[in-house]
Amino acid sequence: MSDRVPNAMQDYFYSLSDALFSKLQGDEQLLLGFSGEDSDFVRMNHNRIRQAGSVAQRSLSLDLIRGKRHAQASIELSGEQALDMAQLDNTLNRLREQRELLPEDPYLVFADEINSTEYHHDNAAIVSHDAVQQVIDAAGDMDLVGLFANGIQYTGFANSMGQRNWHSSANFNLDWSCYLSKDKAVKGSYAGFDWQPAKLAEKMDSIRHQLSILSRPSITLEPGNYRAYLSPSAVNEIINMMSWGGFGLKSHRTKSTPLLQMVEQDRTLDASISLREHHGRGLVPIFTGSGFIKPDHVQLIRDGRYQDCLISSRSAMEYGEVTNVDYEYPGSLELAAGELNSADIVKQLDTGLYINNLWYLNFSDRNACQMTGMTRFACFWVERGEIQAPVDVMRFDDSIYNLFGTNLLGLTKEREMILDPGTYGQRSDHSIELPGLLVSALRLTL
Amino acid sequence: MNDYVNSVARQFKDIAPAVDFWTLRLTSETHEAVSVRQGVMQPVYNHHAFGAMLTVVIGDGCGYAATSDLSLSGLKRAAELACDWARQSATSGLLKAHDYPRPDARACYETPVKQPWHDMPLDEKITLLQDANTALKISDSIVDWSAYLGYGCDEIVFVSSAGAHIEQRFQYIQPSLSAVANKGSVTQFRSGGGYNASRQGGLEQLALLDFPDAAAGLAEEAVALLTADECPQGNMDLVLAPSQMVLQIHESIGHPLELDRILGDERNYAGTSFVTEDMFGSYRYGSELLNVTYDPGHSEQLASYGYDDEGTPAQREYIIRNGILQRPLGGATSQVRADMPGVANARQAVWNRPPIDRMANLNVEPGDSTQADIIASIEHGVYMETNRSWSIDDSRNKFQFGCELGRVIENGELKGLVRNPNYRGISATFWRNLAAVGNADSFTVAGVNNCGKGEPNQSIYVGHASPVCHFHDVDVFGGAQ
Repeated sequence: MSDRVPNAMQDYFYSLSDALFSKLQGDEQLLLGFSGEDSDFVRMNHNRIRQAGSVAQRSLSLDLIRGKRHAQASIELSGEQALDMAQLDNTLNRLREQRELLPEDPYLVFADEINSTEYHHDNAAIVSHDAVQQVIDAAGDMDLVGLFANGIQYTGFANSMGQRNWHSSANFNLDWSCYLSKDKAVKGSYAGFDWQPAKLAEKMDSIRHQLSILSRPSITLEPGNYRAYLSPSAVNEIINMMSWGGFGLKSHRTKSTPLLQMVEQDRTLDASISLREHHGRGLVPIFTGSGFIKPDHVQLIRDGRYQDCLISSRSAMEYGEVTNVDYEYPGSLELAAGELNSADIVKQLDTGLYINNLWYLNFSDRNACQMTGMTRFACFWVERGEIQAPVDVMRFDDSIYNLFGTNLLGLTKEREMILDPGTYGQRSDHSIELPGLLVSALRLTL
Repeated sequence: MNDYVNSVARQFKDIAPAVDFWTLRLTSETHEAVSVRQGVMQPVYNHHAFGAMLTVVIGDGCGYAATSDLSLSGLKRAAELACDWARQSATSGLLKAHDYPRPDARACYETPVKQPWHDMPLDEKITLLQDANTALKISDSIVDWSAYLGYGCDEIVFVSSAGAHIEQRFQYIQPSLSAVANKGSVTQFRSGGGYNASRQGGLEQLALLDFPDAAAGLAEEAVALLTADECPQGNMDLVLAPSQMVLQIHESIGHPLELDRILGDERNYAGTSFVTEDMFGSYRYGSELLNVTYDPGHSEQLASYGYDDEGTPAQREYIIRNGILQRPLGGATSQVRADMPGVANARQAVWNRPPIDRMANLNVEPGDSTQADIIASIEHGVYMETNRSWSIDDSRNKFQFGCELGRVIENGELKGLVRNPNYRGISATFWRNLAAVGNADSFTVAGVNNCGKGEPNQSIYVGHASPVCHFHDVDVFGGAQ
């Protein structure tokens, strides 16, 4: 559907970069960041197209530096060089004027060693029109609602010292659910680089099977503690919550991290909990907006103990550390696998709550990393190793020190790779690899 | 109005595709921000974007294409893509030709501004923020502190093949102050001075948001919260300040009444609603004291505008009157789909996202109680202000919210601070326990800066105004420690 000329965008960015670097004055330095996408978005409801369209966007960030003074801007590009250069010329001049009004920035830092990299994940183009029709056909008479997103994403960096970095990735992400009635639904996701209709059909069949279980009369649980299995999708919501300030150096040094008790009181999680940010997975750019190359991974939690932080270049300067990320928020997390067999997890749950999805988490006590949230989509009551009935949505309120600590019974051997379907501003390139988790007690409150 | 954007709109009419209907929404976005953290000037933020959203209708099909390439060749390419999508949705689409509005209005709207952003030079803005930083750092217990001042200007031209030409220019002011206090393993936050309460207008809004004068008081409260008692637990009376009412309105009135949710569009992401189409006109949403309006009439409020992004004129409507549900929050397309009246609230968050039903300005109208009378009427309860935690189920019924600061109410008097105040309830019954609504003296215009919804996702400004409100029989509790 959208334009797919893999190297054209890279060439355009480098061409603009060269033109801008030629306009620098004296000992000025310029850092340029490029971000763009050509994406198709097809929104569906009742297994029909609700809104369908394409988005082409390219933005350029500029950091114009002289000594310790600098000024920054971001500009949406048209893709037409003459039009863009006219706008960027003005921007450079404005930044030059603004820079002189600003004080020196003690936390300004950027890479001064040249580390050029190039990564293309430009598989054969997927024709969105065909894929959407295959989704409609595969869902058949099911009440499908969701979003099909498909296209190519670009990220680039260039500096006036000669460094060039490029990362592009063509991929799709189908995020959907099929509804039985009211809030009874089964969630599906299919994302990756190689669209296979047979795999889609397999996932739809699985959803049909779960919907048949969901059609049984639901039960409402009373508030209290319940033995529970949390699927990788549910664990993802909990990890997302921990990530709200949990791992950044700034939040640790300003005592704002929800993991404060691990930092200040040496509180630990279960020894089976090891969490790392794995940049080497290759789905996010390996370079930062300041030109630094990220390490293969950052070990955040090892054997239940807090280890290292995510460190942006500003924090690195402020606190005397070394940059290891662009932003102090994870995008490539991995939680180590355990030893439980996913295939018979219902048997191991025995009697309790099987949670496929959690929803809308937030902290009820940030200092204690205590969080609340809702069950959503297909969650089931299990007795003696057999699924009995769907469960009406329930609120939980529990601490990470319980769920990943004293109440943790085990993690599954198998892990699921979840590609973030988020599309705020632009399509997300984040991913996470997670096992499922069995706990002796999850506290339900409402 | 932006001459460039207008010239693109004129030129597009010459190359517009031969389709049943089209709209073109052109946007020029300018955002600037200055911030100082711990006395250190942070990088100044300058952002500028031009973008176009082209929508075409062919038969029963509709498609869109958004592009930052506003050259004629760029717009032609966008038109081809939009037409491709329209042709596919003509055979597989949910809506029919008559569902799509065909606006033809010609109008202008502009945010009233008394003191323009650029009237204050950059060095004065920096000094203002540095002074606020000094006021925030009241003791060693304050471990992080910052002051922020942002500005946005969106210039939008909306044209259609039916002859619509709507020009709107919005200007926003976004100030905020924050203080973080710590002692050992206890950390407390306070925010204010416009934090999450941005407004339309110019720098004249700063004083109305107590910016930067709120700085010292916020820091003092953050430090005091470190040693305050935990919020008491139990079923009791609850008084919510406007700074928390914002969130209460947003989550448990606004979202469940969005018509696209009720029609099922959001079921995979933001969720569905416990409200159904048959409830409008008869359902008791709250006590008789509850009056809620969609009101574009407060020009300083975040989502005041002349026309929405489907070209529908905005006018004030009662959403809930004397506790009875009146009409949903649905724009022109949703109104046709549901065959019921709504409001002008089909909105795009940014240039590259299509319009969907949003809250716009959703306000609780003032009642007749003074805040003093409300407090005096309570034997045992808690007063809470400034939201810090929000969670609600996908039908927008079971909620749990937390605030930055609480105060115990005993025998008709406000007593000391309590920390980690939380409460939970169920939307369908919570509003029926509304016992008193503050009068115009406590009515405060605020909003939410980052309401998330839609596939693809959109984060948008919405406005909420409210007086202080009193609720009976609420499940209140403190933190885990």
